Amino acid sequence: METAPADGLIAASWLLIALPLAGAAVLLLGGRRTDRWGHLLGTGTVVAAFVLGLLCTLQLDGRRLDVALFTFMSTGSLDVRAGLLFDPLSALFVLLITGVGSLIHVYSIGYMEHDPRRRRFFAYLNLFVAAMLLLVLGDNFVALYVGWEGVGLASYLLIAFWHERPSAATAAKKAFIMNRVGDVGLALAIFLMFAQLGTVSYDGVFGSIGLLAGGTVTAIGLLLLLGACGKSGQFPLQAWLPDAMEGPTPVSALIHAATMVTAGVYLIARCAPIYDATPTARTVVLAVGAVTLMIGAIAGCAQDDIKKVLAYSTVSQIGYMFLAVGLGPIGYVAGLAHLLTHGFFKAGLFLGAGSVMHAMGDQVDMRRFGGLAPHMKVTFVTFGLGYLALIGFPFLSGFYTKDAIIEAAFDRGDGWGYLLGGLAILAAGLTAFYMTRLMLMTFFGRPRWEPGVHPHESPAVMTAPMVLLAVGSVAAGFLLVVAFPLEEWLAPVFGEPEAAEHVVAPIVVSVLVTLVMLAGVVTAWLFVGRREVPVTPPVRVSPVTRAARRALYADAVNESLFMRPGQWLTRALVFVDNRGVDGAVNGLAATLGGSSSRLGRTQTGFVRSYALSMLGGAVVVAGALLAVTTG
Amino acid sequence: MTLTYYLVLAAILFTIGAVGVLVRRNAIVVFMCVELMLNSVNLTLVTFARASGTLDGQVMAFFVMVVAAAEVVVGLAIIMSIYRTRRSASVDDANLLKY
Amino acid sequence: MNPEVVLGTGEAVVFWVLAPVALAGALGMVFSRNAVHSALWLVMTMLSLGVFYVVQEAPFLGAVQIIVYTGAIMILFLFVLMLVGRDSSDSVVETLRGQRVAAIVLGLGFAGLVGAGIARATQDLAVTGLAAVQNAGTSNIEAIAALLFTRYLLAFEVTSALLITAAVGAMVLAHIEHEPGTRRTQKELSRARFLTDRPQTLPGPGVFARGNSVAVPALLPDGRLAEDSFATGIEPQEADQMPRPTGRGQLGSPDAALGTLDPAPSDTPGGREGGQHR
Repeated sequence: METAPADGLIAASWLLIALPLAGAAVLLLGGRRTDRWGHLLGTGTVVAAFVLGLLCTLQLDGRRLDVALFTFMSTGSLDVRAGLLFDPLSALFVLLITGVGSLIHVYSIGYMEHDPRRRRFFAYLNLFVAAMLLLVLGDNFVALYVGWEGVGLASYLLIAFWHERPSAATAAKKAFIMNRVGDVGLALAIFLMFAQLGTVSYDGVFGSIGLLAGGTVTAIGLLLLLGACGKSGQFPLQAWLPDAMEGPTPVSALIHAATMVTAGVYLIARCAPIYDATPTARTVVLAVGAVTLMIGAIAGCAQDDIKKVLAYSTVSQIGYMFLAVGLGPIGYVAGLAHLLTHGFFKAGLFLGAGSVMHAMGDQVDMRRFGGLAPHMKVTFVTFGLGYLALIGFPFLSGFYTKDAIIEAAFDRGDGWGYLLGGLAILAAGLTAFYMTRLMLMTFFGRPRWEPGVHPHESPAVMTAPMVLLAVGSVAAGFLLVVAFPLEEWLAPVFGEPEAAEHVVAPIVVSVLVTLVMLAGVVTAWLFVGRREVPVTPPVRVSPVTRAARRALYADAVNESLFMRPGQWLTRALVFVDNRGVDGAVNGLAATLGGSSSRLGRTQTGFVRSYALSMLGGAVVVAGALLAVTTG
Repeated sequence: MTLTYYLVLAAILFTIGAVGVLVRRNAIVVFMCVELMLNSVNLTLVTFARASGTLDGQVMAFFVMVVAAAEVVVGLAIIMSIYRTRRSASVDDANLLKY
Repeated sequence: MNPEVVLGTGEAVVFWVLAPVALAGALGMVFSRNAVHSALWLVMTMLSLGVFYVVQEAPFLGAVQIIVYTGAIMILFLFVLMLVGRDSSDSVVETLRGQRVAAIVLGLGFAGLVGAGIARATQDLAVTGLAAVQNAGTSNIEAIAALLFTRYLLAFEVTSALLITAAVGAMVLAHIEHEPGTRRTQKELSRARFLTDRPQTLPGPGVFARGNSVAVPALLPDGRLAEDSFATGIEPQEADQMPRPTGRGQLGSPDAALGTLDPAPSDTPGGREGGQHR
């Protein structure tokens, strides 16, 4: 597909990035003067960006437009031109980011009302939106990398927003470091592209990817996957995402559920030509997705922290998306559709969880909730709709998009396809289990509140976004799959949809998934709803539960595999540096100093000693002369 | 008896002067030893002038004497002024310039 | 013309007489304990060298050696020696460890090497003689003057600058600086003296005494000791207690004379207890 120069409103699409960036700059540089209206400015820029993005998308008409801006760097043979690429895929992400972002900005006005640093919070949120838009709009890998690091920075700042809490500071550091591991992979992939192809633009790389050796393409694909894993919280770099819930809940909703963590999916979908060329890397993507899917689902079943349950759910759902994009052309659209619907319902769920926490005095332990439904009707209804959408209740969004992924997995047609499809269905059941457990523990049953807690409904500024997101949760799946098929919208990017040769009839898959989902719900009711929930977590539990509570020992593995050897290595290096390097240098200096001071002792100050040495020299000269003349 | 005898005599005198510089501590005596070394060199110059049949050696010796006179004047003045401040004419006592 | 190598018998006699003298003078200078003796030994060597110059067809240099060197410069040495006086540096005890042994070993080595080298290189050194350059009746002095004022004129002139510089330098070094204007005139001094209660000059030590030591104070006309004449740092001695000078051997040096009157040496340095004279 050809790239055409941008025209009309799309030529001004750089404003999409500039608006939130300007908002962030004003709020960060303006200081306390902007305290009173900072949140309104922050929200306004994102809403304006959303409106602009919507108008641009309406003008797009399936074209692929290039917005040339300026030369970013030109050194020797590396010539990076800053430019934006506005195509259906970018447009989709622009709408998701600015749309969900606007709603969450509005919600944050209420959620952060009593926080003394609300202005800074909005500045960081704006910074994040700007960086994320740069990530999805850039037309080359360097622009993507800049945005990639920008969202990492914003994520770090926002996780540590309440940095006076040690847990938040630690979680932010953990997120930053694990992201760094992935970022190194991404950077290496870009270096490799430049070294092999001499270009980093999408067009240049994808156009000449066929010229590369198979091994190189696989290496690029795996390195890109490493970057995607870091940003999206996929195995083996998944451990930071649940801890990132230490940040304010709107952050969890926007960054760690709806947008930033899906950047990995975007990267892999954007790099479809690379993965088309390397089946090995694509298979690894598939494996990563499947493993993460199961890890997230299992760990989510045993958590008591409402936000952590949602976080593991996010890990698991992004695993679905990786699974989908790892399937190849048949899965891209399904994965992206799930990404969009997930953006709606997971953001809605997080906002609902934030509303609950707001009502319960920042309590996050679900064992301290219970019976909240009558007290928080709006929250209950919107949360419930998001819940149904997530578990794939028929005709809500999750139902359409998740089924599409499972169908695509079966459509592989081989044994792997059946295995992956089976795993996906099993994970759907687990999803139903842990989400039902969450619902039951939070909204039903006998209240187990802390003394002195009086739950109340949140203000309209918070509930309105929740309602809008709930509407999206209900309708998005139908709209994207049935009414305005995403396949057709994305056809310019991934090619015309083929008439899929279904191995298993879709209706069979749907019925199977629904049955498994219902089984999960019933099991949850049997475990949680039927009997009293203890306020303290029971100690005598099965090994499976124990492992799930500790997220399948991901932290322990990281600690023993990387942290402790790293510490030993550092100590060894310090020892070598102190004793070896410093010892050599200091020893040399001491030797020189000692010998020179000993040598200096010969300078006694006695003229006669000097004269003696002169006579000695004269004797030597005379002897030498004699030796030369006689010899 | 050849000219070599004069030259060997000059070498011995020179050596005696040098050893004197090394072993005597009185600055004035050290000076005298230096004068002895200069004189032995003069003897060499005169001898070689005679051997080569030119007067340049003698002129050179004459200049050596002049320079020696100037040197003695300045050197003795220095010894005097050191003696005034330190009450000592020993070359070993002026040994502050050291490590 | 086959130049001669062997010198005449007369010259050989002169050499064999004066060379030991010169060597003896040099060794004597180095080994004399007394610096004045050193200077005199050196004079002996220099006189010998002067004779050698004359013998070797350099009468002008011989004269200069004897007049300027031995006469003027050595007198300058003696003059400074007298000014400085004797001190511990005259001692021949070595203070630097190994210095003397090393000096002698090196000296022997140097003399051996240089002497051997010279002897080997010049054993066939022909005597050209200076007759050719100072022929036609010109004397040695005229020939040297001709060279000095023609070929060596620049060096000669520069030598004059050197001598002037040396003279000025010696004056600067030996000069004791006085603050200008701080020296009192004789008029001022005299006026100051008359303002005191004792206008007349102080009596010199031992003026009205029978001894001539500085330790003997002056006597006033009434026979009392004049306190003004007490020498600083020395306990006053009464003239009666001083030994009478009966001869050089008995008197000895003035320092030795102090305190030799009493059978037992006094327990305080410098003689009797203070106040005994009162």
